[in-house]
Amino acid sequence: MPVKVMIPAPLRPYAGKRDSAEFNAGTVGEALSHLTTQYADLRKHLFTEDGRLRSFVNVYVNDEDIRYLAKENTATKDGDTISIIPSIAGGCCCC
Amino acid sequence: MATTTQTPTGRKPAAGLSKEEILRYSRHLIMPEVGMEGQLKLKNAKVLLIGTGGLGAPLGLYLAAAGVGKLGLVDFDVVDFTNLQRQVTFGTSDVGKPKSQAARARLSNLNPDIQIDAIEAQLTSANALELFKDYDIIVDGTDNFPTRYLVNDACILLGKPNVYGSIFRFEGQVTVFGMPDGPCYRCLYPEPPPPGLVPSCAEGGVLGVLPGIVGSIQAMETIKLILGSGDHLMGRLLLFDALGMRFRELKLRRNPKCPMCGVNRVITELIDYYEFCGVRGEEAPAPNVQVPEITPRELKSRLDRGDDLFILDVREPHEFQICNLKGHLIPLGELPRRVHEVDSSREIVAHCRSGKRSAEAVDFLRKAGFRKVLNLKGGILAWSDEVDPSLPKY
Repeated sequence: MPVKVMIPAPLRPYAGKRDSAEFNAGTVGEALSHLTTQYADLRKHLFTEDGRLRSFVNVYVNDEDIRYLAKENTATKDGDTISIIPSIAGGCCCC
Repeated sequence: MATTTQTPTGRKPAAGLSKEEILRYSRHLIMPEVGMEGQLKLKNAKVLLIGTGGLGAPLGLYLAAAGVGKLGLVDFDVVDFTNLQRQVTFGTSDVGKPKSQAARARLSNLNPDIQIDAIEAQLTSANALELFKDYDIIVDGTDNFPTRYLVNDACILLGKPNVYGSIFRFEGQVTVFGMPDGPCYRCLYPEPPPPGLVPSCAEGGVLGVLPGIVGSIQAMETIKLILGSGDHLMGRLLLFDALGMRFRELKLRRNPKCPMCGVNRVITELIDYYEFCGVRGEEAPAPNVQVPEITPRELKSRLDRGDDLFILDVREPHEFQICNLKGHLIPLGELPRRVHEVDSSREIVAHCRSGKRSAEAVDFLRKAGFRKVLNLKGGILAWSDEVDPSLPKY
C-alpha cells in the first residue's frame, strides 16, 4: 500500500534532493527501511549503529508521533503520510 | 554583562493609556479582541527575546509596535554585513555595533513609550535564571542547540512560557513550550544531534524572508499569550515549507518520561549545555579531523615559483560561482564516486570556504591512498585575508 514519506530540508541532500518518496509499506519501519535502502546515505542520519531511531529525529504518521503509537511497528494504510522531523537549531551559520 | 535600560525608573502596573498611546494603538483598541483591556495587558507585559537576529528582528519590531511594555533583548553578537539580508532591524550603518544596542535604538525609535533593555551578553547557565525571572514570556530566537536546551530548561524551572521558533534554509518550526500541562522542548527532542550530524556548510544558508515569517508567527503567539485569547500553539508543532508554500501541523504530547518535565524529573538545575551538545562553544568548534595543512601564503609562494599543484575545490557549484581559486571542483559529497578525477601523480591542495569540509576531503583522500594531500588552512576566507583581498568573502 503506497505511503508517502516526507523528507525534510536538512536530509534532502542525502535523498537525491527529493522532498518526498512513496513506498508500499505496511508499517513505518518498512517504509523507512525502503527509504534507507534506496538512499543509503540517509541511514546514519535516521538510525543509530544498532538500528534504533535517533533521538533527535521524530517520525509522524499523519499528525501523530509514532513514539505514542506502536513506534516503528505502527501500521500504515494507503494514503498515509509519514513525516521525518529532525531538530533544527538555526541553519543560518556557515563554515 | 552590560545592560542598558531606556527608562531607568522602576515600573508599576499601568492603569491606563495616555492620549498619545490611545492614538498610537487605535487599530488595536477598536477591535474587541484587544480593546483597552488587552492593550493594557500588552503595556504591562514583559517579554524577553533571546537573540536579536533573523527571528528576533520581526519579533522585536512587532512586539515593540504592539506596545509590549517591557522588552529585553539578549544578544552578545555584533552586526555584520551578512546579517543584513534578513535581520531587518539593522541598517548598513549598524554594521560593527552590538546587536542588542542597535536593536534597542531601532525599537525605541519605533516606540519610545516602552522600556527596552539591551542585554549585551551571552545567555549562560550562570545568568539565565536571573535574567528570566523579570519577564513573563521568553521567546527563543537563537540559532544553536546549546542555547535552545538552556532556554527550555530555564523556562521549565521557572514555569515560564517559551515561544519557540527555528529555521533551516526554507523550512521553519514554531510552537509554544513551557505551558502548564504542555510539552517542553525535551519532550519533543530528548537530545540534540551529535556535532558530526548537524548539517554542514554545504547545506547552510537561509532564505531571508523565512525568519521574517517564522518570527512574525512567534510574535503573534506571544501577543495571544499576553491577551489570553485565541488558540495558541501549545501541543502543536507548526511546520512551514516556504518553497512548497505549505503549512502543516503535528501533535506534540507531553512525554511522561521527559527528564525535564516528566513525572520523574532528573534535571533539577541548569547544566553545561555545550558539553550536553558535544560542542565547546559555537565560536570555535573543534575540527573533526586533523590533517596536514598549508597556509595561504605558503600556497601562493609555491604557485608563484611554478610548483605543479592540483587545486581541489570541494565546495558546491553555486559557491564556486561566487568566487574561486580556479581549482578542480568536486563537491565533498561527490568525492567518493569522482575520486578518479583527482590526479594522484601531483601534489594536491584541497580547499573549501573555511577549511572544514576540505579537511574531511584530505582525510578521505589519505585513507584512499593519496600520499601528498594538504588542506588549505582557513580556506578561501583566509586566502582573501592573507593573499588576495579582491576575492569576495561570503
